[in-house]
Amino acid sequence: MGTLMAPKVEPARILAEKDRGKKAAMMQYLAHKLRVDVWDILHDKGTGHWGGASSVAEILTTLYFDAMTVRPQDPHWAERDRLILSKGHASAILYAVLASRGFFPVQELHTFRQINSRLQGHPCMKDTPGVDMSAGALGHGMSVSLGMALAARLQKKSYWTYVIMGEGCLDEGQTWEAFMAAAKFKPERLVALIDYNGFQLDGSSDEIMPLGPLFDKFYAFQWNVAPTVFNGHEVRDVLRALDWVKKQSAWPVAVIFQTKKGRGISFTEDTHKYHGAVIDDQTYAKGRPELLATLAELEAAL
Amino acid sequence: MKTPLKTDVKLVSMRDALGQALVDFAPEIPELVVLDADVSHSTKTLGFAKAYPDRFFNVGVAEANMADIAAGLAACGLRPVINTFSLFLALKCADQIRNTICYNNLPVVLAGAYGGLSDSYDGASHQAILDIALMRAMPNMAVIVPADAEETRQALRLALRRNGPTFIRGCRNETPVIFEGAEPLKIGKARKLRDGKDLTIAACGVPVLMALEAAEQLAKEGISADLLALATVKPIDEAALAASAAKTGRVLAVEEHTIYGGFGGAVAEAVARHAPAKMDFIGVRDRFTESGPYDALLKKYGISAEAIVAKAKALVGEKPAAAKAPAAKKVVRKKAVARKPQAKQRARKKT
Repeated sequence: MGTLMAPKVEPARILAEKDRGKKAAMMQYLAHKLRVDVWDILHDKGTGHWGGASSVAEILTTLYFDAMTVRPQDPHWAERDRLILSKGHASAILYAVLASRGFFPVQELHTFRQINSRLQGHPCMKDTPGVDMSAGALGHGMSVSLGMALAARLQKKSYWTYVIMGEGCLDEGQTWEAFMAAAKFKPERLVALIDYNGFQLDGSSDEIMPLGPLFDKFYAFQWNVAPTVFNGHEVRDVLRALDWVKKQSAWPVAVIFQTKKGRGISFTEDTHKYHGAVIDDQTYAKGRPELLATLAELEAAL
Repeated sequence: MKTPLKTDVKLVSMRDALGQALVDFAPEIPELVVLDADVSHSTKTLGFAKAYPDRFFNVGVAEANMADIAAGLAACGLRPVINTFSLFLALKCADQIRNTICYNNLPVVLAGAYGGLSDSYDGASHQAILDIALMRAMPNMAVIVPADAEETRQALRLALRRNGPTFIRGCRNETPVIFEGAEPLKIGKARKLRDGKDLTIAACGVPVLMALEAAEQLAKEGISADLLALATVKPIDEAALAASAAKTGRVLAVEEHTIYGGFGGAVAEAVARHAPAKMDFIGVRDRFTESGPYDALLKKYGISAEAIVAKAKALVGEKPAAAKAPAAKKVVRKKAVARKPQAKQRARKKT
């Protein structure tokens, strides 16, 4: 495999863009471009998780290019906002976003999941600049993010702590222990983002472990949950959700994003079959034109 | 080296010592925070909770959550000490300890109260006899098994300065303070309590005192024991073990834990690598324990000064391996094919 496609919009231009509408279009384009990169890399390496990576592309891109204050040249800056990708199997898209944001060279994405790489199969904070917490075994992120938010309170810092969870994390009992504890301690600026794509490894969430009614569960656990579902694939909607978050004063806060597992390719959407399946040559060739068609549309809208 | 004080001294429980040390260290270590899983009356973190309510987090009976909250705190510059019964810490938080705390080498102190059989009346469900084995298998983890209140206090101080996770295994019950005034505890360093030439007794935790008593008894019977107290089970003092084993050729490991994979395993790994010696192990066999008074329970499950004396004598009294050759021949006759290579090997040794 050669080099990844160069983006039509430089990441620095996106960061500098003051017009929110224009910036949203740019991020919409970039998120999908990074999704194509993930498709390319997963095919090239023959390993990785497409479904869950694709479903969180717009959410991660909007966080790192708009909502979060970070310093890519100083990844351990104590005042930075934190993000924990509790659904660590979506690592490929996190790496693509971090590289694009300047934490490490984009070409390093070619080392994904290979020996001696800084890009482990699941995120490792000791290896990868910009990764705030290692993840992999599901269900850890909510507890860890609570600890980080409590640390901010104790140290009188004002950084934000975001944690992204999918259905797998919500299946884990520890997550609900952490939901209870977060509602007890109520640390400021603790935000749970649910990437609710409806599918798990083995099948649909309704089939494997029904999670509904999720709003009612958050209410019952004494969380300040955003009253509507946001579209996790429309950057404008993600921006609206994150703007709502920043206006809150009751903690902890949760947002449920409706997403599609395997977003961007008709035959990989809304199925568990591309959770972690190898993207073989035939699948790759079949899926890529769909991704590129969307990319062209988004480029035209810039 | 100073010999530790003897046994006619005060009795203090390790949990009381740890609870007091947390309060004492709090002013000088502002990053110190304490978490407990609804057992602060038992672990004795209650004193800290009252003195520093803003730095104390009772997370309820949710140990796994506690471990990961601590990881988050540690990742942001704090120095968390998590507390619950040692068995629950080791088992219920194993994933969190490995995949979050140890994988990221976060400076969390894991204080396992009620180690070994010390939660004696509560029975097998509460008795921590595999915690050392589990903690020892975690990369980046230091494992300290103090023998008394003084070592516990010193272990906590060392752990709070360490750049990485540290497991400190405590004991529920009052035990004699034997290391007060002794040379300070150092991570990875054994303390020689007695010089001897006939066998090495390596001990950690509560049984260190039993080993001292056993060594005295053995001396009366003409057997001199080289007695090493190894509070740091990981990293273990390989040099001290190697030197002692090379001198005595006999090593008895003594612990309040299953004999599988714990302190005895650590000693055996070091001895096998550096100075192979005949070994035996004092500890709980492959079985579940039961309720009862602490001392009686320890005795029943083979952890006592008498048991150490008996095993030490057996180790010292055993004849060299070559003398066993006739017995090996007998086995060869029974299972000629399977045992042949072994028999050959032994025959070679004989010559």
